[in-house]
Amino acid sequence: MRNRQPIFYWAGFSVILILLIVAPLVLPEFWRRFLTEILIWGLLAMSSDLLIGYTGLVSFGHSAFFGLGMYGAAAALLTTKPPSLWLATVYGLVAAAGVAAFVAYFSTRLRDIYFAITTLIFSQIFYVIIFTWTEVTGGENGLTFSRPPFAVPGIFSFPMTSQTLHWFVLAVVTISYLLLRRITQSPFGMVLQSIRENEARTRAIGYPTERYKIVAVMLSGLFAGLAGVLYAVQNRFAAPDFVFFLVSGEVVIYNVIGGIGTLVGPILGAAFFLLLREGLSRFFTEYYLIPVGLMFIAMVIFMPQGLLGFARRWLNR
Amino acid sequence: MSPDPTPMEPLVTVEDVHTYYGKSHILHGVSLIVGKGEVVGLLGRNGVGKSTTLKTIMGLVHPQQGKVLLEGQPVTSLPAHKLARLGIAYVPEDRRIFRLLTVMENLRTGLDRHGVTDARKQELLDKVFAYFPVLAERRSQAGGTLSGGEQQMLAIARAMMLEPKIILLDEPTEGLMPRMVSQIREIIDVLHREGVAILLVEQNVPLTLAASQRVYIMEKGVVRHHCAACELNVNDAVIQQYLGV
Amino acid sequence: MDTVIEFFQAIPYDQIVIQTLNGIVTGMILALIASGLTLIFGIMDVVNFAHGELFMLGAYMGVVVLATSGSFWLALVIAVLVVALLGAAIQITTLRPLLGRDPLNTILATFGLSLVLQNYALWQFGPVARKIQEPFTGQFTLFYLQYPWYRLVIAGLSAAIIGGFWLFLKYGTFGIWIRAATQDRVMAQAMGIPVPWVYTAVFAIGAGMAAASGVLFGPLVGVNHAMGLDWVLKAFIVVVVGGMGNLGGSILAAIFISLLEAYASLWVSPAQAVIVSFVALILTLLFRPTGLFVSTPR
Repeated sequence: MRNRQPIFYWAGFSVILILLIVAPLVLPEFWRRFLTEILIWGLLAMSSDLLIGYTGLVSFGHSAFFGLGMYGAAAALLTTKPPSLWLATVYGLVAAAGVAAFVAYFSTRLRDIYFAITTLIFSQIFYVIIFTWTEVTGGENGLTFSRPPFAVPGIFSFPMTSQTLHWFVLAVVTISYLLLRRITQSPFGMVLQSIRENEARTRAIGYPTERYKIVAVMLSGLFAGLAGVLYAVQNRFAAPDFVFFLVSGEVVIYNVIGGIGTLVGPILGAAFFLLLREGLSRFFTEYYLIPVGLMFIAMVIFMPQGLLGFARRWLNR
Repeated sequence: MSPDPTPMEPLVTVEDVHTYYGKSHILHGVSLIVGKGEVVGLLGRNGVGKSTTLKTIMGLVHPQQGKVLLEGQPVTSLPAHKLARLGIAYVPEDRRIFRLLTVMENLRTGLDRHGVTDARKQELLDKVFAYFPVLAERRSQAGGTLSGGEQQMLAIARAMMLEPKIILLDEPTEGLMPRMVSQIREIIDVLHREGVAILLVEQNVPLTLAASQRVYIMEKGVVRHHCAACELNVNDAVIQQYLGV
Repeated sequence: MDTVIEFFQAIPYDQIVIQTLNGIVTGMILALIASGLTLIFGIMDVVNFAHGELFMLGAYMGVVVLATSGSFWLALVIAVLVVALLGAAIQITTLRPLLGRDPLNTILATFGLSLVLQNYALWQFGPVARKIQEPFTGQFTLFYLQYPWYRLVIAGLSAAIIGGFWLFLKYGTFGIWIRAATQDRVMAQAMGIPVPWVYTAVFAIGAGMAAASGVLFGPLVGVNHAMGLDWVLKAFIVVVVGGMGNLGGSILAAIFISLLEAYASLWVSPAQAVIVSFVALILTLLFRPTGLFVSTPR
């Protein structure tokens, strides 16, 4: 990944960042929200990439982390007065981390396929719990709440309009991206990649791979939970639908479409998928998933490196 | 060197074959011929590519360059199961019988073929049980319970069930007691009398020289020497050069 | 002493018997679905996320054929054949190119497939649930209830199908081919066994078994495009608890879990009774990750 000059990379990065900062000022409301949503789903997909792309673990459990982040934030926003953005974030992260620890403990002792299946089953476990525990979670209908202001109590308070929210989300996602990038390039990240290549060998060298995997799942869960908090703040509701394993599946699709192991790829994948869904749903209404699904299968077979990988190879010609 | 001993009627022809395992270039242009009904030996130290040559002929690996011909027809890209149906049988190093299948079921993997009458199947079974009575005794036992020598017999018997034109034998005497080794020698002779060609890869030089009509000697992925077996002697310089320790 | 007697008197024995029957019936259907899944995994090393959709399509095929022909049994046969062919087509186009690649690829491909098939069904048949009529209605008296014969029949049929397949696997030529290919794919090919086609056939058989469960189970539940989801999840739990690739284990696990759920639903709602299967899974993962019913833990 370090094959282009750092200066081009940071130049490109800044350009995109500037575009994203300016965007809400020029876009109509619908597209503004759309862009914000792309960023949020992109963050979720990035968190998943840490596991799929860097550690070689396919997780279908991200919907649980995402959902718990959402519900955690909801809990904070509903129970504390005045509703605090920071508290919501803390609650959401703690909830997501808790779930991640639980899932990590069981799943990381298993190899590839079993890991995928158990994470899937766990996200369903949480789905059932949330769906049926109506008194606490609102059951099928979920929870609704109001958007908290962007405030530091006593110092300042801005109401969270869709513009300020966009910038807030952009800031969070950018920082998360930089953090994740740092993590993947750190010695820890190198060990993860070594686990992806050949876990047995990594263990033979002396690394306690289980522990690394658990930490990877927890980190991944934290960022996914963060995405959940952002989603809750943006949409002002939390619903069990987001905990259903299909959401995890869609996230995995973003990863594959965009290119696993690139961090940026999944964001592109999310953007591509969401735009495609927007576009296709004009023609195919709810059945847009049929052409998208077929496209996805074709990509798995013919373009397993994803869009980013394909673009990279095309550029290197 | 004496006049080219290559036979008139080639059965299997390997022409300038280059085979890779991933990035490793194992065969650097191997060429050899096995004639109809001939016993041909393939000698060489460990790791020179003898087994890879057999696997290439069997279609278990495909060469990047070069051709494999069966009775003059190119078969280089055919999958292994088609080649088995066309008459090439393979007895690998470490036998690789199906351990969880019974002896009978092992034989059936080769016996249950299209176009073979029940009568013919029974004939084949009777023949193989006559050569290997111990297999008849153990026919309902799982392959994994057989001794090393018995497994080798089963591997050869299984290959015979295909009624092949050529059998590729990879180190059949490895790890066997001397009594078994001579039994293997007998089988090779019997198969030869029946007109089945054999490509024999072996570390046991005297056995190979005695059983074969011609030998090839390989080194580092190519054939270095080729002559009639009768011209060679265990103590020859050629043998020492390519096979000596 | 009195409290003990009271306790035993309070147990609803008749309900327990009824739930036992229900558990066995559901268990057999689940076993049929799970068998296909564990077979495909054990032999081809493929995790088929689209298995629930094959179940669902089988049920829909049953609906369609029943509507046009009026015969339940014809519907069963045709649904199995059509879905088996579909399974073969899927394996050839989607899974064969992925042979030898990282297992991640097949998980993703079958997942994508499940999305496509689900939405296809939604598109073709709409969101309203359909019903399959039982081939015969007839009940016998069990305590204070009328228990339908049909339920026992499908349990028996499922057992017969699984049993028939097991025999086929043990004695037929094709069974030998499958077992040889599973043990040593390379040598199986060297013996002339057309391994790629063996895989296709195994997938088709697994698909057919799922379709059969769909049709048999159709009269008991509504047939709709999302029915595969619940069942594939349960089937995966069964397969993990029973031991991946272990046919006997899956069957036992299916019945075991279904019985537990049936008993649990005496006290809690069915939606919550599924937690039982989750608990079973967690316990299995904690103590016997290779499967509860595997004879020697590896």
